[in-house]
Amino acid sequence: MTRKLLLLASVLSGFMLANPAISMAQEKLSGTECLAPAGAGGGWDFTCRVPAAQLMQKLNLIDGAMKVVNMSGSGGGKAFSHVVTTRNNDEKLIVAASAATATRLAQKVYGDYKADDVRWVGALGMDYGVIVVSKDSPLKTLDDLVQKFKSDPRKAIIVGGSSVGGWDHIKALLVAKAAGIKNLRSITYIPFDNGGKAMLEVISGRAAAFTGDASEVIGQLKAGEVRILAVLSDQPIPALSGAKTAKEQGYDVVGGNWRAFYAPAGISDDAYNYWVSAVKAVAGSPEWTALREKNGLAEFTSFGKDFDAFVRKQIENVAEISKELGVTK
Amino acid sequence: MFDQLLHGFSIALSTQNIFLVFTGAFLGTVIGMLPGIGPINAIAILFPIVLQFELTPSSALIFFAGIFYGSQYGNSISSILLNVPGTSSAAVTCIDGHPLARQGRAGPALAMSAIASFSGGVLSIFLLILFAPYLSKLAIDFGPAEYFVLMVCAFTALTSFSHGSFIKALFSAILGLAIATIGIDELSFGGMRRFTFGVEELGDGIDFIVVVIGVFAIGELFLYLSELSSDTVQKIAPLNKVMMSFKELKESFAGILRSCITGFLVGVLPGAGATIASFLAYSTEKKMAGASGKFGKGDLRGVAAPESANNSSAVGSFIPLLVLGVPGSETTAVMLAALITLGVTPGPTMLTDQPDMFWGVAASMFIGNLVLIILNLPMVKLLAKILLIPRWVLMPLIAILSIVGVYVLNGSEFDLLLMLIFGVIGFIMRKTGFPLAPLILGLVLGGLIEVNFRRALTYSYGDFSTFFESPISIGLWIITLLSLVAPLFFKVLKKGRTQG
Repeated sequence: MTRKLLLLASVLSGFMLANPAISMAQEKLSGTECLAPAGAGGGWDFTCRVPAAQLMQKLNLIDGAMKVVNMSGSGGGKAFSHVVTTRNNDEKLIVAASAATATRLAQKVYGDYKADDVRWVGALGMDYGVIVVSKDSPLKTLDDLVQKFKSDPRKAIIVGGSSVGGWDHIKALLVAKAAGIKNLRSITYIPFDNGGKAMLEVISGRAAAFTGDASEVIGQLKAGEVRILAVLSDQPIPALSGAKTAKEQGYDVVGGNWRAFYAPAGISDDAYNYWVSAVKAVAGSPEWTALREKNGLAEFTSFGKDFDAFVRKQIENVAEISKELGVTK
Repeated sequence: MFDQLLHGFSIALSTQNIFLVFTGAFLGTVIGMLPGIGPINAIAILFPIVLQFELTPSSALIFFAGIFYGSQYGNSISSILLNVPGTSSAAVTCIDGHPLARQGRAGPALAMSAIASFSGGVLSIFLLILFAPYLSKLAIDFGPAEYFVLMVCAFTALTSFSHGSFIKALFSAILGLAIATIGIDELSFGGMRRFTFGVEELGDGIDFIVVVIGVFAIGELFLYLSELSSDTVQKIAPLNKVMMSFKELKESFAGILRSCITGFLVGVLPGAGATIASFLAYSTEKKMAGASGKFGKGDLRGVAAPESANNSSAVGSFIPLLVLGVPGSETTAVMLAALITLGVTPGPTMLTDQPDMFWGVAASMFIGNLVLIILNLPMVKLLAKILLIPRWVLMPLIAILSIVGVYVLNGSEFDLLLMLIFGVIGFIMRKTGFPLAPLILGLVLGGLIEVNFRRALTYSYGDFSTFFESPISIGLWIITLLSLVAPLFFKVLKKGRTQG
């Protein structure tokens, strides 16, 4: 066994040392790091590994390779607190973020930490929200679902792949709110471990509708197992052929899971602008467009000051609906 | 179908894929042997390499699958030899595997584990190929109510601990259930923090692995230290024959078959898992054997059942992944996430989008299992010699591996502290004769039983009849009742026979 252990050890250390040759580029940051606030696999890990580590190196935006570190805990809270308390001046660090980050900040899941405690760099893709039903469902339009919410909420149970009060739940409630439903708690939402499992509840007919992200439903949609009632985007999305937006159906709700980065609050403006332009360059590259589409993400970009304002606005909205829902005080 | 399988082999037999199967299976065995580092970590660690080499999704999955079932072979080795399971599903293998090793029968136990793993693995690949599309329907039909009843059924595995003190086993299981309630409650508004006592780190709950390693490995270490000072170190009998007798193999074979089917069916369900499969298979075999077995004291059939079941459950868990695009276990969830990053759209269309994947992976599993049995059987003799290493060398090594394994999990020092606390609990349990396996059963079932109970009652708006509605639920209730009544019935029958 010892021989095997040695082998494993040498294999593992080999990976750690596998640092491609360092180029002599000037002014580019070297020894950069992207922190994924969750384990391998999933949105934040993807954001670090593909647009950051893979493409920033490929497009020569950074010097050498970027290290990806996974730090899971408290739905991203552990990483957030780690950045604020111990890495506040680290100019070589960026952190993956998404709509879930904003949701949790709004709901005070990260304790007393606020949006001000970090610097919002930029977003480079959006997974728009969708509401889907089984192919055999009697519900044909968003109006049908809203009618069910009002007349027979017991037959209009919705499911999703994140916790009660989480972003998937909130997206569905934004629609209900736009429809004028006052008592949001009359709508039952049941969370499952992931979007895939939640969708089986809709396909089996146990639940009325699924609320989640576009990338989660594309497979089931192509297989003809589910129908999209509404996409929560401004414009129809080509990949979701023919699906109507909520806006087209008279419900002014736009919501999606954006993929973005933040940086520590204590870094210099130079370093901040460096990261903003790096994310901008990735977002504008054809390589990213191809990978983005492959992963079911729609086009969405927002950088620097604009993005900062965008995040704050979203936190405000989520905080408001969370209060109405009773998730937060 | 035969054509498709041949096509699958043509994919699996490419030089690159053979290399991947071999490496995956080998790495998996090693990783499975090490406490703490499981297939989930291994896949996460190796994923960047897969990206680097730009593997196709099929090749990546062949590699990951190799790691997964390879680790199911490896995890029994440390269970048998050291009473230290690498994963929660291998905790069942300890029950009979380690007593066997202490009796000088480490060789037959290891060989049986390899043979049962191989048989369970290969048979379940046939089941995968033949029934995948039909069984995926089962995964859809299983709702929260059915899962709840299945968990209740799995709980009856507790009764197979009646030989010691049933009350003690029950207490262990309740402790496990209690630990499972710690953490943020995802089903309540605002995510209520339960039993976290203001400790931020407890919000995410306690990782299974931390408990398993703490209770088994660190507990064993404490026990060794305490025996060292009192000079009563338990003697391990000298090594006997390496192979089991043909008679013993024959005796186990029916059990391997039954366990394979149980494990496979449980594996297909995206909300159950290998630990439940192992416990169910073990308790079934124990009940079938009745008084004829030495279950709990070192019975080869007690090694064969969980090993066959956890391998076939690993294969079964590929059905929801490949046919529905829904991950059934944490391990397959990591695999799916990796596939998504490689550009695969999750869902039923994976079968048509990636035509090579299903058959390529299925064929590679045959090759992988063959590689594993060839690798594992000759190693039995060598591995059994680990027992000859003085314990004062072995125990510190286990301690180091445990600490590294637990730290790698989440990179959290707090987990190390928890591991020590559970080490103390494990030590006390050993000293006072509380069985450890029921603790793991309670821990694994706890979260699932509660969350499915609440989901089912949310669907039904509090109506309990929901648990008796579907034919699946009713069938599972009947099995539950039978497994409770059958042992009593057998006892009465035997008494009648000896008296008459």
